[in-house]
Amino acid sequence: MTQTVSRPAGAQQAPLPLDVEAIRADFPILTRTVRDGKRLVYLDSGATSQKPRSVLDAERDFYETCNAAPHRGAHQLAEEATGRYEAARATIGAFIGAPAEEVVFTRNSTEAINLVAYALSNAATAKEPAFRRYAVGQGDEIVVTEMEHHANLVPWQQLCERTGATLRWLGLTDDGRLDLSDLGTVVNERTKLVAVTQQSNILGTINPLGEISARAREVGALLLVDGAQSVPHQPVDVTTLGADFLVFSGHKMLGPTGVGVLWGRYEVLDALPPFLTGGSMIEVVRMEGSTFMPPPQRFEAGVPMTAQVIGLAAAVEYLQRLGMDRVQAHEEALTGYALEKLAGIPGVTVIGPPDTVARGGAVSFTVEGIHPHDVGQVLDDLGVEVRVGHHCAWPVVRRYGVPATTRATFYVHTGYDDIDALADGIREAQRFFGVGQGEVS
Amino acid sequence: MQLQSMYQEIILDHYRNPHGRGLREPFEAEVHHVNPTCGDEVTLRVHLDGDTLADVSYEGMGCSISQASVSAMYELVIGKPVDEALATGEHFMTLMQSKGDASVAEKLEDELEDAVAFAGVSKYPARIKCALMSWMALKDASARALSATSTTPAGGQQA
Repeated sequence: MTQTVSRPAGAQQAPLPLDVEAIRADFPILTRTVRDGKRLVYLDSGATSQKPRSVLDAERDFYETCNAAPHRGAHQLAEEATGRYEAARATIGAFIGAPAEEVVFTRNSTEAINLVAYALSNAATAKEPAFRRYAVGQGDEIVVTEMEHHANLVPWQQLCERTGATLRWLGLTDDGRLDLSDLGTVVNERTKLVAVTQQSNILGTINPLGEISARAREVGALLLVDGAQSVPHQPVDVTTLGADFLVFSGHKMLGPTGVGVLWGRYEVLDALPPFLTGGSMIEVVRMEGSTFMPPPQRFEAGVPMTAQVIGLAAAVEYLQRLGMDRVQAHEEALTGYALEKLAGIPGVTVIGPPDTVARGGAVSFTVEGIHPHDVGQVLDDLGVEVRVGHHCAWPVVRRYGVPATTRATFYVHTGYDDIDALADGIREAQRFFGVGQGEVS
Repeated sequence: MQLQSMYQEIILDHYRNPHGRGLREPFEAEVHHVNPTCGDEVTLRVHLDGDTLADVSYEGMGCSISQASVSAMYELVIGKPVDEALATGEHFMTLMQSKGDASVAEKLEDELEDAVAFAGVSKYPARIKCALMSWMALKDASARALSATSTTPAGGQQA
């Protein structure tokens, strides 16, 4: 649930829920400077997050003390590596309220979504009848939204092209929310799967999954939730989510690159054929054909990204120590402050919900008369690192009639001072390009 | 402040008052190029008179660097034979790969005229594509226009 941060105008800023100074000391990269000695103001956690020392230490410790290929070999190192790998699976599962056997490791959210999309098309031709239950084919429909990251759109377009299924989507309202007015017709008896983001990476919107889940249940469709921008920033519990799948990326939640998670309800995972095949995922292999392990091993072909999985478990433990409720409250306070600051700069327009109700900390905006790239360049010159462009959500920027946006995203080490630096930087860009604040170009 | 090295006044002038902007007829080839990492776009037409670029017309949207670059390019290539224009494009590419080495810019001053002001962009790898987009579009459109005129000798396909 989200709470609205209310603060009397002009009053001292309320203390933030997290101790920003103490947290910053945990992130080695935040001690460096950029662009000729400027303090690094990292406002691009939505693209990838920085890593605390405990995550880096966990990876290093694995390599230094028990590096071996898990689930192979019977020597001591292999046993220890397997133990650490599976312990990490349990830790990461518990973080989202899931038992370990429902947690599949992938490279990132993108691969997790592709895994499901390919399993659904592979199901049509699977020789095992048990794997055909969720087969997608001609006459079936897949539903996405106009708000999706390309990673939760293109794999479904491709699934439809492979199978002859039809892609349908829910549109957006002018204030950056999902338009659910036609939910009842877009999601119907032909719908096989609904794929929707929990938190928009560009608008910041937190979507009403309950309503979508109820409709998916009603028509017997699967629900996949893209949690790449929600799992790092708010408590997520799969026992109350109402979904069949949840995907997220380690590198966006203080963890290493190269590891992501597909959570699936066991019953559903168990009825899916594999996506990638090879070592570790097999039961019996003969020259004539092979049988496969149960989930999660069925979906983890090859030697896994062991050190990264262990690093991700350390990231999860770091977040648990802070408390996800407080992480969310922290970002909500920052978002409220940022929205207030940006509203005070003439010529700046926020693309997305204008207040903190059902909204996360991705703040996209345009500056009248200055292209986002140029805004980003001026900010970069001041040490403020933001994302510019279409944020891998091209249909969203198109929907709002802008070529691109500048986006600031927040995390546990972000403080009011970072947002002040952003606001000052925008004013500097206006001054540099001679626009806004009463000046003419 | 490093910004001035990239945003030379001459670049901002081209951005605010682009030369040759607008799509015109006749033309033998039209191309649409995008910079997929950021969404910069340019639509560019080429009209040939023999092997000379009689007109290069364009519409586009994007950052100051991409829009100023196409304007500066227009000034450089208009009225030039295609091969000479493309050779200038190669010089511009060399400038973009110079990583801010002033001696490269100095050597190319005569060939690149206003476009030598983009030397500062070469220090910012993320922006080089912005500056190069229009040159890539010109290369593409010229090749298409040449092959169109060689197969349809009666002045090419008129819009």
